[in-house]
Amino acid sequence: MAQAPASNLLFQGSDWNFETLARTYDAIEEIALNELGLDVYPNQLEIISSEQMLDAYSSVGMPLMYQHWSFGKRFVFEDHFYRKGQRGLAYELVINSNPCITYLMEENTMALQALVTAHAAFGHNHFFKNNYLFQQWTDASAILNYMEFAKKYIAKCEERYGTPAVESILDSAHALMEQGVFRYRRPPRLSSAKERERTRERLEYEEQTYSDLWRTLPPTTESSDPTAVERDISERKKELNLPEENLLYFLEKTSLILEPWQREILRIVRVIAQYFYPQRQTKVMNEGCATFVHYTIMNRLFDQGKISEGAMLEVLQSHTNVVFQPGFDDPRFPGINPYALGFAMMQDIERICTNPTSEDRDWFPEIAGSGKWRETLLDAWANHRDESFILQYLSPALIRKFRLFLLTDEADEKYCEVASIHNERGYEAIRTALARSYDIGANQPDIQVMDVDLLGDRHLRLQHNVKNGVLLDEDNRDATLSHVRHLWGYDVSLEGVDAESGDTLYECTTAELSE
Amino acid sequence: MPNFIDRRLNPKDKSLGNRQRFLKRAREELKRAIKEQVKSGKIADVDAEHNVSMPARGVSEPTFQPASNSGERKHVLPGNREFAPGDRIPKQGSGGGAGRSGAGTGRSEDEFQFVLSREEVLDLFFEDLELPDMVKLNLKESVAFKRRRAGFSASGSPMNINVGRTMRNSYGRRIALRRPSRRELEAISDEIAKLEAKPDAGTKYQKRIDELREKLERLERRRRRIPYVDPVDIRFNRFEPQPLPNASAVMFCLMDVSASMGEREKDLAKRFFVLLHLFLKRRYERIDIVFIRHTDEAGEVDENTFFYSKQSGGTVVSTALEEMLRVIQERYPAREWNIYAAQASDGENISGDSEVCASLLSDELMRLCQYYAYVEIIDERETEIFGATDNGTSLWRAYRTVDSEWPNFQMTRIARPADIYPVFRKLFGKHSTMQLRK
Repeated sequence: MAQAPASNLLFQGSDWNFETLARTYDAIEEIALNELGLDVYPNQLEIISSEQMLDAYSSVGMPLMYQHWSFGKRFVFEDHFYRKGQRGLAYELVINSNPCITYLMEENTMALQALVTAHAAFGHNHFFKNNYLFQQWTDASAILNYMEFAKKYIAKCEERYGTPAVESILDSAHALMEQGVFRYRRPPRLSSAKERERTRERLEYEEQTYSDLWRTLPPTTESSDPTAVERDISERKKELNLPEENLLYFLEKTSLILEPWQREILRIVRVIAQYFYPQRQTKVMNEGCATFVHYTIMNRLFDQGKISEGAMLEVLQSHTNVVFQPGFDDPRFPGINPYALGFAMMQDIERICTNPTSEDRDWFPEIAGSGKWRETLLDAWANHRDESFILQYLSPALIRKFRLFLLTDEADEKYCEVASIHNERGYEAIRTALARSYDIGANQPDIQVMDVDLLGDRHLRLQHNVKNGVLLDEDNRDATLSHVRHLWGYDVSLEGVDAESGDTLYECTTAELSE
Repeated sequence: MPNFIDRRLNPKDKSLGNRQRFLKRAREELKRAIKEQVKSGKIADVDAEHNVSMPARGVSEPTFQPASNSGERKHVLPGNREFAPGDRIPKQGSGGGAGRSGAGTGRSEDEFQFVLSREEVLDLFFEDLELPDMVKLNLKESVAFKRRRAGFSASGSPMNINVGRTMRNSYGRRIALRRPSRRELEAISDEIAKLEAKPDAGTKYQKRIDELREKLERLERRRRRIPYVDPVDIRFNRFEPQPLPNASAVMFCLMDVSASMGEREKDLAKRFFVLLHLFLKRRYERIDIVFIRHTDEAGEVDENTFFYSKQSGGTVVSTALEEMLRVIQERYPAREWNIYAAQASDGENISGDSEVCASLLSDELMRLCQYYAYVEIIDERETEIFGATDNGTSLWRAYRTVDSEWPNFQMTRIARPADIYPVFRKLFGKHSTMQLRK
């Protein structure tokens, strides 16, 4: 009624203002909620300049972040490439929080703003709110408060203990960030500030009243026989909850040299790593979901006559750029593009549901021809991560479309061998291998704390379970180990053990490194 | 209806602190890199732009990373056109298809480079030598200036008035302000005279005459108000002093390369020569460097050999001086060249030769040289013993006699990089050549 009768368009031309943004948002919301059945956190859209976008980029996309030189380094790199025109900025950035914050760049045209709104404020937002990993592992309503606490806390530490001291702890913690997540049990929720304060007070009290003298009391029983020693070891391991794969957690709780504030900093880094862990496991799904949502919504808006052909062309051009997948021999090939793969798979699911071939009926008997593509997608978005999603839904048709093939690469060989291609015999193998390549658990070095002799020389023993003979890059390994040593305070050794045979492949200790 | 927030007006540079922290770290890296380049590069290259690539040790962020050259792995890649199962693809290092597929690993940060300007390089270079500001003042000072025409200015001394330009301005102004010309005035007064000369002037033409008189008076007033030449017209020739590089100079680097000159000694010597080169380069249009090294025999060599060859043997210092004399006579006549020489040595010499050196200097070389600096590189432990005394090696004692005779001869000792600059200032300070030392 309020709209001009002559034209049904939401906007004309490329300029935007808050009125058109709001009008377009409402039209998008209508489709997202009612037609696609999305379920989202309340949205907060923030208009920022390109420099602010660079800022946000470089502090891992968080609106509030503590200060550290590595973020400055990232800024300088990004800025450098941006100015040289080698790399464009993302059109959007979205934060998994409640309300869900989406950044819109002021330089975007109105058509792009609409695209970004559909992509981020509905696609990503829905995914964050509904995917089981995010539900289990992150607390969207607490993260912003927590980040604010972290920023203030670290600033306070810098004031009190000096920037270099804080920086060196952060450096070491960052090096272990990827080893700082719980993979199998659900992490404790971010506690409220009050509760944290109480824990800290308790900790301080314990430290004040701790008396080292008790440690020197002679042991009551002589445990010289070997079985008793062994029992001691196993008891000690049990007490320390070993083996432990969360190195940062272990160091935070057990290190003998860290001050309470240093432990708190480790905790902050760990919490942030944990918060981003689901994102790393759902790149394909998350981007695929957002891309599928914006593609569907923009097309729907066009069908309704609400955006012009010109705007739609611009949208399609951006869309095509985003889902472009160069072949492996293309110089632009950066790996498999998660946008391309995710979007293609989700479109494929829609096709299988509505217009299946006989092959699809063989492969996906439950959904083929059901017509319920919205429900199927909503279910997939909620209940899968990249690995399981690909394992379940990558169809032969798509393998052919992408012309995927599987290479086996053995370090000693001069050749890579083509194991499977996109044919009848290859589908299963390719699907399994691709799914596996998205399994962080399988692809990241598996490093665990095995043992430590707290009453002896306090030597910390780590073990790297080597899978398929993939070792660690040595320079990085040694440098990272010395960061572990820095946090632990005593010598640290790392033993590489073959996961299948149990043979020791290598061993290194920080005692050798320092020489 | 969503919540829109305009953040564009928020304070900018949220990451300024982060960037400063990064640059502080990077600076340490750059300093190290420059030091490395000074050590291994050519002397003349120090004073140039440098590319210093990052990342380097201080700004890397290590993590546990799988090594790309071990174990067996599987890659799924898109875009197969010709392969069938069982085909083999040769691995081409890390390029090609195979090695690159670890999606997301291995960021390409290596391409990132800092380009340092000459000034920044020098800043970093001198930072290590301490006292950066003084050196810049000193080095940038030129000896002679020549005044060169540099356009016009609105102020200056009467001597420099540019008449042509001034008159042109005045003419333009007169046209613009419509200053009545003499011809106009003359025409009117002529007409008045003509009218007055007529017989019935008093009656018939009186009105016209009055008009003309009035007009004449108005024009004359206007002429008085608009001067022929106004102060604003005046332009002066402007001159700018331009530094005048005085001809050309040659710098002799003499170094003892006998076994006692180790890595540390050579590095100190090199830094000293670099400093000398920078200094001379600002004074002279053209500067040559001659490297002469000696053991018990001397020879002219290129820079690389000078600093890096591992020849060794006994020590006869005078051979180097003779070689220098020979080169001067052959290629650098003292009339056309400003000759500088710096000799670095640890002071050891074969017995009896030091006196030969002293007389060679006194009798021949000092007359040809603009300046001769002798730097003795000593052990850090010796600084305390030798610091302020005349005691020392035979060479040192022999050179003392030259020192007392010739004001353009200077000698000193260094033991640490930090000594170089103060010593350099002592040797090449503004007035050092003027002072006569007792």
